[in-house]
Amino acid sequence: MTATALSLAGAVRSGERSAREVVQASLDAIAARDGEIHAFNTVTAERALAAADRVDARIAAGEDPGPLAGVPVALKDNLCTRGVATTCSSKILDGWDPPYDATVVSRLAGAGAIVVGKTNLDEFAMGSSTENSAFGPTRNPHDLTRVPGGSSGGSAAAVAAGFVPLSLGSDTGGSIRQPAALCGVVGVKPTYGRVSRYGLVAFASSLDQIGPFAATVADAAACYDAIAGWDRLDSTSITDPLERTSAALGRGVTGLRVGVVAEMTDERMGIAPDVLARTRAAADALASAGATVEEVSVPAAIYGLSAYYLIAPAEASSNLARFDGVRFGLRVDAPTTAEMQRATRTAGFGPEVKRRIMLGTYALSAGYYDAYYGKALKVRRLILRDFEAAYERFDVLLSPTSPTTAFELGTKTNDPLTMYLNDVCTIPSNLVGHPALSVPYGTGSDGLPVGVQVMGPALSESLLFQVAAALEGSLA
Amino acid sequence: MPARISRDDVSHVARLALLELTDDELERYTEQLGAILEHATDVEALDLADVAPLSHPLPVQNVFRDDEPGDALDREEVLGQAPAAESGRFRVPAILGEEP
Amino acid sequence: MNTTSTSGWETVIGLEVHAELATRTKLFSSARNHFGSEPNTNIDPVSLGLPGSLPVLNRKAVELAIRVGLALHCEIRPSVFARKNYFYPDMPKDFQISQYDQPIDLGGWLELPTGKRIGITRAHLEEDTGKNTHVGGSGRIGGAEYSLIDYNRAGVPLLEIVSEPDIRSADEAKAYVEELRSILVAIGASDGKMEEGSLRVDCNVSVRRPGEPFGTRCEIKNVNSLRSLGRAVEYETRRQIDLIEAGEKIRQETRHWDEQAGRTTAGRSKENSEDYRYFPEPDLVPVVPEAAWIEEIRAALPLLPADRRHRLAAAAGLVHTDQPVIVAVQRGLDGLAIDAIDAGADATRVLTHVEHNLAVDGAELLTGAVLAELVGMEMGGALTATQAKTVLAELVEAARAGAQGDPAAIAKAKGFEAMDDSAIDGAIAEVIAASSDEWERFKVGDAKERGKLTGFFVGRIMKATKGKADGKVVTAKLNALADGG
Ligand SMILES: [Mg+2]
Ligand SMILES: [Zn+2]
Repeated sequence: MTATALSLAGAVRSGERSAREVVQASLDAIAARDGEIHAFNTVTAERALAAADRVDARIAAGEDPGPLAGVPVALKDNLCTRGVATTCSSKILDGWDPPYDATVVSRLAGAGAIVVGKTNLDEFAMGSSTENSAFGPTRNPHDLTRVPGGSSGGSAAAVAAGFVPLSLGSDTGGSIRQPAALCGVVGVKPTYGRVSRYGLVAFASSLDQIGPFAATVADAAACYDAIAGWDRLDSTSITDPLERTSAALGRGVTGLRVGVVAEMTDERMGIAPDVLARTRAAADALASAGATVEEVSVPAAIYGLSAYYLIAPAEASSNLARFDGVRFGLRVDAPTTAEMQRATRTAGFGPEVKRRIMLGTYALSAGYYDAYYGKALKVRRLILRDFEAAYERFDVLLSPTSPTTAFELGTKTNDPLTMYLNDVCTIPSNLVGHPALSVPYGTGSDGLPVGVQVMGPALSESLLFQVAAALEGSLA
Repeated sequence: MPARISRDDVSHVARLALLELTDDELERYTEQLGAILEHATDVEALDLADVAPLSHPLPVQNVFRDDEPGDALDREEVLGQAPAAESGRFRVPAILGEEP
Repeated sequence: MNTTSTSGWETVIGLEVHAELATRTKLFSSARNHFGSEPNTNIDPVSLGLPGSLPVLNRKAVELAIRVGLALHCEIRPSVFARKNYFYPDMPKDFQISQYDQPIDLGGWLELPTGKRIGITRAHLEEDTGKNTHVGGSGRIGGAEYSLIDYNRAGVPLLEIVSEPDIRSADEAKAYVEELRSILVAIGASDGKMEEGSLRVDCNVSVRRPGEPFGTRCEIKNVNSLRSLGRAVEYETRRQIDLIEAGEKIRQETRHWDEQAGRTTAGRSKENSEDYRYFPEPDLVPVVPEAAWIEEIRAALPLLPADRRHRLAAAAGLVHTDQPVIVAVQRGLDGLAIDAIDAGADATRVLTHVEHNLAVDGAELLTGAVLAELVGMEMGGALTATQAKTVLAELVEAARAGAQGDPAAIAKAKGFEAMDDSAIDGAIAEVIAASSDEWERFKVGDAKERGKLTGFFVGRIMKATKGKADGKVVTAKLNALADGG
């Protein structure tokens, strides 16, 4: 499937193609090639075709089926879908069919999009390679020996492989942007609170955001427009009026002030030379399109990793307490409830999840709170201050998304800290709640995709899409 | 910064989190958590004395809902998802120890 | 346990009362807050802690918390919810959302009927847990084979009201809970039903020699009634004194009240129970009540029991700690009493009726004017005390049926006309003539003998007059006859 979401929706809405035909093509593509890629945990073929028929019926009846009519979408498997398994790629949710839909799932359905399946991820979104899945890794469609990035590796791969034009992921420390970069697609982390988290199985509540993957900037913007907006079921949902970001795409970058973040374009930070070269090329492209481009320092940003690997595990240790074998999912029987809960959690969680639960429990525990969690929250404030200062001088900031192109499976799984370093450029946006996206910008020396990251202040999504569209255009 | 995390610390934390570790796992996690926490000491370079903690990126307050009942979940659907149920309730093995 | 004297010792008590707030829905979701529903029918993703569910704060619960704070003279503060982390199967998320270091109500007091003020440390909002039923074995937690969980109660809003250690006896502890309960009910914050668990009490008890610093305290849980509270405090006081006098130390611990055995027992020490790993709840935002909202809530507060005792005492010319005043307010009849007094009725007589004759449903429906009219007839001698009581019962009956009765009409219908003296004298003469032996003994008898026989004569004379004679008048006449000829 190489057509864009917007062209497919156009064809379906005009009656040129039926939704069933479009969805069937997506299912066929999945059937042909997902055996080797393993982007999907679950493919919901029958439901998808039934939903497509409903869209076709609405069109036949002269109704408006929505801006994404008939567009096949894939959902990261940590988004709740009523009656459809939601596993978080963990054994601990074995057999769980949620009794409710996530808000984004209802919104996509409302826009006429059709869910074709649930995609693989690092267990509970903890990871940067999708190797921490209880169901085996996802492979990068550009090179099957390589990882797709993570944790939303399945959603990124599903778009990169042409299975679907759109998918949703969640981004807690880069889990949309980094796999988007490694798979050569567009990936967006909206402003914290812009997209409802209701029905997203929480990893770290103050950092998690849902966002789209797409092959084009315009598709990503259209998907964002469909899912963004206030939700009464999420207390942290922003009430500010929503701008249709799709309208901003053609505005160009003339006069925009673009800052290239010094700390994120430094080889000493582990950024590969070919990735740096592509980032500089992107900066040059913006400059020649009329933007002012300068280097800017965001000094505290380099401490983001340390703050993140205390804050995120701390919240996760609490969020993941509820997986206890009592109400849903896996249960390993034992004579007492406490033993049953311990046995269930021990058998149900994979090693990375256990590592982070223990790290977070430690950071919050009596005697260590101030030294670890408390200190991390102060660092978080410093990072926010530094970004706010940068946005006084610049409209958007530019950096690489990931320090390297896609790496080979198994090369970083034994050293958690090395794996964590993948997120060094993406983490700060989560800590401060600002939006950021990754847009493909050519390939590295190994011929694999490189993504550049565009960051902006809170609620600057339109601006980010505007800059991303200019970058996309500069490659054409 | 506190002393490097010990095996005892890790086994205490595993107990708090209701996780059981083999000796090998205990060894490995102690080493790995130690390395991660060690890396986090880079923030010692910062002067945080007068910095207020930021626990949440969203500067919003007073979000309420009205006291209006909504739809309940279907009990049979929910209990059907439970590992064990009986008489309209979730069933668990014997609970030892009083409520906290 | 021996029975060492408790004299020379002082009991120091602080109470934590968990009150379920009278909202329609739960603290963080739109599932119903309703006692007695079929198990697991008042549930939604939030109440079950399902993955992906998120809390949204109930405005009404916050309003009720503010109302309670104002009634307890607390400062209303900006507050933040935190997560209290521990595993327990009736707690769906395995953490409790509770206001930890920034409670909404801070520092107040409550006035007991005795006039003593008990300090309020704080009151904070938190969510309730579900309910476990233990099956098999003894049905108690220890020997049960397995347990069943109902999450209807999970997420019901609780206000935890913490007192200062200002309470000094079992009776004072009971009075505190009673007063708190009547405040909560008066302001509509809770239905206050202890038997349904709407009000649950944990008490911290320690002992000391008066004037010495506080002793080590024990927290007693599972106190489900006022009676249990009194017994538990008394038992624990004695236990601690015995230990100290035997040269042992009190261990700070949580103990459970065993109602059947009548004693407290040490709780099973749970590993890690003290490390709750509190941190700010990231799924909720701070609550910063605006001054205008607080003032609006304050303006709508009804008069509280303590204020009502002061008001009634002033109207009746009594002190607010006088028993009839306390009782009248307890029964909610202080308004009626004041109306009657304002309408000119004798205050003592009004309060006597309230205390002794109006402990019945419907009494609150009487008007002050009707009660005043009745008291007026009584004071003017048109009705005896007994007759007045009968008429009052009829008036309450009428009020319950939706009408205000007419005391004079009821008295007339009952044949309660005042007897004139000559008629009473005639009746006395008849009874004396028919009981000459007794009369002779009465005449010569000492005070004790006369006392015994007075009942005999008054009874017969009342019978002869069909109860219309006034007992006091008859007694006086009998004595006058015997002494004077
Ligand atoms: Mg308590
Ligand atoms: Zn409490």
